[in-house]
Amino acid sequence: MSSAISITDLTVIREGTTILHEFDLEVQAGKILGLLGPSGSGKTTIMRSVVGLQRLTGGSIKILGRPAGDKSLRTRISYSTQDASIYRDLTCIENIDYFAALQGHASSSTDEILELVDLGKNGKQLAATLSGGERARLALATALVGAPEILVLDEPTVGLDPLLRRDLWSLFHRFTNEGKTLLVSSHMMEEADHCDELVLLRDGAILSKGSPSELRNEAGLENMDAVFISLVEKR
Amino acid sequence: MNPMRTIASAKRVLLQLKHDPRSMALIIVAPCLLMTILKFVYWSQPHVFQNVAGSLLGVFPMLVMFLITSVATLRERTSGTLERVLISPVSKFEFIFGYALAFGIASAVQAVIVSTYAIGPLGLKVVGSQGGLIFIAILDALLGLALGLFVSSFAKTEFQAIQFLPIVLLPQLLLSGLLAPRASMPRILEVISNFLPLSYAVDATKKVLIGQGSILNDVAIIAFFLIFLLGVGSLTLRRTSD
Repeated sequence: MSSAISITDLTVIREGTTILHEFDLEVQAGKILGLLGPSGSGKTTIMRSVVGLQRLTGGSIKILGRPAGDKSLRTRISYSTQDASIYRDLTCIENIDYFAALQGHASSSTDEILELVDLGKNGKQLAATLSGGERARLALATALVGAPEILVLDEPTVGLDPLLRRDLWSLFHRFTNEGKTLLVSSHMMEEADHCDELVLLRDGAILSKGSPSELRNEAGLENMDAVFISLVEKR
Repeated sequence: MNPMRTIASAKRVLLQLKHDPRSMALIIVAPCLLMTILKFVYWSQPHVFQNVAGSLLGVFPMLVMFLITSVATLRERTSGTLERVLISPVSKFEFIFGYALAFGIASAVQAVIVSTYAIGPLGLKVVGSQGGLIFIAILDALLGLALGLFVSSFAKTEFQAIQFLPIVLLPQLLLSGLLAPRASMPRILEVISNFLPLSYAVDATKKVLIGQGSILNDVAIIAFFLIFLLGVGSLTLRRTSD
């Protein structure tokens, strides 16, 4: 298997605080890699680095063989932020159409994308009047336009009801079946089982990595929260 | 340059304005209201109204677009939409030209209505062409846009962005020839005013009002400022940050 994302020796120091120190990570093409860890563990910084928004102190990141932030990657990678980066003074449809136009895609599939995130009935609603969970879904929808090969999704399932969460995870698996690669973060350990590979993070360092079952076997525990706690206490 | 992406950005900005009818009304109504007040303030001195109201036609677009742009780009920065745009295939210039196109259209609408109102009901005499006034107004609006884009990178909140208005625009307003002819000011102020873009917008507007003199030089100088400020403004749109 080839790596879609390859991070080597990534160091990020922000205002004197070391967020990441010589961090390494490989994401296999066509897989879902889950970054799991509490708030402040460096998940967002890793994702911002991958999409080329983060100023790096050191190290290198290769995406599909190109350096992160490279012009040729702009249509191949998409990013959905934690706090719904959408235009609140536009409707759902207008938001999606705009981000589609930026990717150079016609807006014919707008309705389809809205259905995917269960916002089919909210198309003409202003984003400002959506609930927090609906806004998060709209932000996710704007990251699905075009045909990105890599999706970087920061806490995409936060605040969603379990039914919708299940639907989104099955959507993500459909994406990987199409050959797409997903880097997904979550601070909820129970999301772990949806991922092919897991990286447990704390304070910018990797506690452990592997498939969900590997991590469980290693710790001899069933509950992922308990696995996390035992890993922290072992240090 | 991909014109489709520029047009998509312009369309998006205009849609945002469309969803905010109150701001749209203020853009049109506020200048008309101020003109009306001026008319009555100088009721017994029509020649002063002629001079001040005429110059103001060249000031409004800059003022309004400066405010709108500094708040709009600041919102793009704080909401994270700017980052999403910058990691998309759009270039900085396509993005800025999108804004310029949208605000150019908005200021053209403003200029048509405000100048028609001033010429009609308020009796402002324009010897030159109204089209000339509107053309200068659009250039002026784009100056406001470029300045707004530039200062928004120094502001962390919308509140701060608004505070730049007195610093960036009021000195230009005072020295632009709106209150007193630039040639009659102390030499040092006149020299300073030569380096301020609004001075040339007011000069050009006055020339159109009396229908004398060529505005070609003024337009060229405004265009120079515009390109320079847009260039500097685009430098503030950085993809990577700490």
